[in-house]
Amino acid sequence: MNWFYIAWRNLGLKKLQTGLSLVLLAFGVGLVSLLMLTERQLSDTFDRNIEDIDLVLGAKGSPLQLILANVYHVDAPTGNIRLADAEKVMRHPYIAQGIPLAYGDNYRGFRIVGSTRDYTEHYQAQWSEGVPFEAPFEVVVGSQVAETTGLRLGDEFFSAHGLQDETDVHMDKTFRVVGILEKSGSVLDQLLLCDIETIWGVHETHGDSIALADREITAVLLKKRNPLAVLTIPNTIRETNMQVALPAIEINRLTQNFGIGMNTLRAIAVLIMFISFASIFISVYDNLLARRYELALLRTMGGSRKGLLFLLLLEGGILSSGGAILGLFISRIGLFGLAQLVENKFHYDWDGLGMMTTEWQLLGLAIFVGLLAASIPGISAMKIDPSRTLTDAT
Amino acid sequence: MIRCEQLGFQYNTESEWISFPDIACGKGEQLLLLGQSGSGKTTLLHLLCGILKPGKGNILINNQSLNDLSERERDLFRGQHFGLVFQKSHFLQSLSVIENLAIPSFLLGERFNESQAKTLLDKLGIGHKAHERPRNLSVGEQQRAGIARALIHQPAIVLADEPTSALDDESTEAVISLLEEQTQEVGATLVIVTHDQRLKDRYPNRVSLNPLTAAS
Repeated sequence: MNWFYIAWRNLGLKKLQTGLSLVLLAFGVGLVSLLMLTERQLSDTFDRNIEDIDLVLGAKGSPLQLILANVYHVDAPTGNIRLADAEKVMRHPYIAQGIPLAYGDNYRGFRIVGSTRDYTEHYQAQWSEGVPFEAPFEVVVGSQVAETTGLRLGDEFFSAHGLQDETDVHMDKTFRVVGILEKSGSVLDQLLLCDIETIWGVHETHGDSIALADREITAVLLKKRNPLAVLTIPNTIRETNMQVALPAIEINRLTQNFGIGMNTLRAIAVLIMFISFASIFISVYDNLLARRYELALLRTMGGSRKGLLFLLLLEGGILSSGGAILGLFISRIGLFGLAQLVENKFHYDWDGLGMMTTEWQLLGLAIFVGLLAASIPGISAMKIDPSRTLTDAT
Repeated sequence: MIRCEQLGFQYNTESEWISFPDIACGKGEQLLLLGQSGSGKTTLLHLLCGILKPGKGNILINNQSLNDLSERERDLFRGQHFGLVFQKSHFLQSLSVIENLAIPSFLLGERFNESQAKTLLDKLGIGHKAHERPRNLSVGEQQRAGIARALIHQPAIVLADEPTSALDDESTEAVISLLEEQTQEVGATLVIVTHDQRLKDRYPNRVSLNPLTAAS
């Protein structure tokens, strides 16, 4: 027998009321926690992939689309640009490095991206098996692609035209897997990588190679040598069909737009949490009213005023900690569901189910406010006059 | 064992003083405090076990003056030395009968002897109800469970507040006999506070309480 056991059994006496308080708090905490986890996943995904990419050069259109398509590979590209025009920008003295990208085909929904070795080096890719691509139609496969498609070293396959469609297959061009990347958490996990000539080669018709002047690519990831590049480069390409976009600014704008929705959801979650605290208060206070005689009885058997306060605080504490822990569990289930959705739609792997510092704070806050809600009836319990209560009961 | 001298109590500064006759009762003895409604019986009982603190006079229990104890010390003293039986047997409804019996030991920080509790419940004829919720017991069974709870920690004094007032003659005899037997078995002093005139001739050691009187 101990205080915890008594509190636990007392809560079990009113299952419906206890259950309601638990569910309300669990949903409130669960929603707040899910938003925190989602924001972390988004932020990690965004940050990991734009690291050290200062500018993205591509066809005119929506700058955000340019970033989403060429850095994260979750949107359609804005169009193609001429290789010769892009190379002029890459050779600009303010530019330290340019990583060209060309794509337009897929294998079972995963993009085949033509680039240089700089692309894998930029993301510090590690080889799980095999070697980097060297010759045309040699392909290095990202970890997520290998896992989903089952592609192994030496396997051969055909690509399909477009970024998701699998109907228009280039049956005359055979790709061969020469390397498989280790999981990096970057965009490389979900790509098949080859050299740019391969991309052009896929689209050559009847052995006619594309003329040098007509060769196109999709985008260039640029690293600046001089901060003035941000101001200068847009002026140098004004007369072309090209634009440069700043990933940091576009992603910031995107997260701000996300933020409005997130904040609305967060406000709703906090409201639910406060309703649940009111519910805990009502639950504990109702217990106090219904059990005044029982509490007075405890006093007659040697229980102290502090003992009664402790008992009611325990009831509030069990409710709030139980609800909060349940909420954190629910948020994991929610994130798992979201991760499946994200993986199916964008091939991104979300697996961060660990507790965040802010979630520990949320747990602490929920327990604290639960205890605070229980402290009001707890203090009333301390003030119970056993003599009067026992007399009134007879 | 129990000695009260020149006892007076006032509920608040506005109310009249209630005075009580002097009381003395030795170890293992039985005492009847008889009085009509409003004569301050329950107040006296609460004073005796330290739930209330007297405004005047002194209460000595085993030579310990309750006036000298702090509220917390009185709580512990009450838990250790007293067992209380009420007219209506109230319990912690969330716990089983035997768990209710474990509460006094828990509050005093002592080990609960479950087999001893089961033996006591068996003796009172409700051993088979040990794991039932109190609300599932009949009124008579609840009364016996209440007696078991008052005796389980072998107190020096058992205070019974109107234990028979709602009972017929047969049940009254059964409950009183049970209280007497059990208190004698543990060597406890039994103090019954009642307005039930049926008990008047049973106890030679009795004190009549008059309607509330102002103390000088």
